[in-house]
Amino acid sequence: MAIELRVPTILRTYTGGAKAVNGDGTNLAEFIDNIDGTHPGLKERIVEGEPEELRRFVNVYVNDEDVRFTGGLKTEVKDGDVVVVLPAVAGG
Amino acid sequence: MIEKATVDAIVAHARRDHPDEACGVVAGAEGSDRATRFIPMLNAAMSPTFYEFDSGDLLRLYKELDERDEEPVVIYHSHTATEAYPSRTDINLAQEPGAHYVLVSTRDGADSPEYDGPVEFRSYRIVDGEVTEEEVRVVGSYAETEGEH
Repeated sequence: MAIELRVPTILRTYTGGAKAVNGDGTNLAEFIDNIDGTHPGLKERIVEGEPEELRRFVNVYVNDEDVRFTGGLKTEVKDGDVVVVLPAVAGG
Repeated sequence: MIEKATVDAIVAHARRDHPDEACGVVAGAEGSDRATRFIPMLNAAMSPTFYEFDSGDLLRLYKELDERDEEPVVIYHSHTATEAYPSRTDINLAQEPGAHYVLVSTRDGADSPEYDGPVEFRSYRIVDGEVTEEEVRVVGSYAETEGEH
């Protein structure tokens, strides 16, 4: 078992075109670090700043729950979970 | 190339939500470049100068598209006081390089159903901060253009 990341079209350049990749971790921050180890560059597109935070215009869901409401990068994850990343559709 | 009924639906949505910006997508089969399914979205920002899909709606939308092997062929929104050209914010936040970004403007009375002038309706590609306008060709139906390239 592993944790699955569903990759949006714009970030598939980091995954060789794959729509989904697997990783591990006990929370979202660890999981993203782990994925970045196998697919360098992905992390920077999802988090920013110091301390690290999710980018304002990237939405991340763990098992369909927007992580902004479940603890952000500290959201716990476990084997079998599905993490979806979707760029916001927004503008002015 | 876009169907007349879809153009009318987008303009009607923009008028309905004026003075706030309206937004939505027109989905189509993956790789077809045919915008066939009109999906108006809620502007969670409810603002005359900003639009954003609600995060829950966004997830549901992309799951549905995925299940139907569709993609957002067109992503549209309205400008309510300025021309139908991508703003700096639009350019910075555009994250679907494969989509046609359609803008309509409801400025200068174009929001009214009685307005009889042409409504600004323009389309762009926005890739890595580069905006490229493209010609909009309105057709009765995609079926009547079969065989064309």
